[in-house]
Amino acid sequence: MRTVVAGITLVVLAVALLYAAVSIPFGNPAMSDMDDYFITNGQEQTGANNIVTSIVFDYRGFDTLGEACVLFTAVFGVSVLFRLRKKEEDYEYE
Amino acid sequence: MSDSMSKIIRTTADVMFMFIVVFGFYIVLHGHLTPGGGFQGGAVIATGFILLIVAHKLDDFLGWFKKKAFQNFEMSGLVLFIGTALAAIPLGYLFFRNFLCGTGGLFGQVVPYGINPGFLNTAGTIPIMNIAVGIEVLGGLSIIILYMTSGISNHEEGE
Repeated sequence: MRTVVAGITLVVLAVALLYAAVSIPFGNPAMSDMDDYFITNGQEQTGANNIVTSIVFDYRGFDTLGEACVLFTAVFGVSVLFRLRKKEEDYEYE
Repeated sequence: MSDSMSKIIRTTADVMFMFIVVFGFYIVLHGHLTPGGGFQGGAVIATGFILLIVAHKLDDFLGWFKKKAFQNFEMSGLVLFIGTALAAIPLGYLFFRNFLCGTGGLFGQVVPYGINPGFLNTAGTIPIMNIAVGIEVLGGLSIIILYMTSGISNHEEGE
């Protein structure tokens, strides 16, 4: 019974998602001014062949800065969470 | 996690580690020419370290690479990234300005625009930021796995 329900749910979800994916027009963005600007001037202004890198590290540098800070915060959180504690050490609450 | 795997896996991991690290640094250094960049290359290098952690004993791994080293990688990467962005301000440009592009010096070779085979010494501050982010991601992802593995082995010893 559970297998049948799971199968029906899977099929319905797959059909719904595939229908949504197919119905989206691909390759015709409504606003393409920014894309055209990057593609036309990106190599000339940054000297990088890879337009994606020139956007990520030059035009949208703040985004990458935030991403680096997010990674730093994640490492900080993990290091606090997985801190090795001595056997006898106990937390003191005041 | 406190036991090491068989000799075959350990030898294969030792050999593959070098190739993975070299490939990761290739992705980082060619970030402005080919698909990839700092994040992707750093993740590939961290995969090499994680392979060593999985294949060997944790104590052996900590004998080769200290936790402090990965923490220093993480911090120095972030400082280098922000420092490169801030270095544009004393030179009279705005924050995050690509001030090395096209000056003829370090990473400043003037490229022939259009289709070209790709020159490594181009793109101004972008390769420097790629290297910085690559170092940061390599340290960050490695230290995350290292802390989690230390927690698992400590838990197993405590039981």
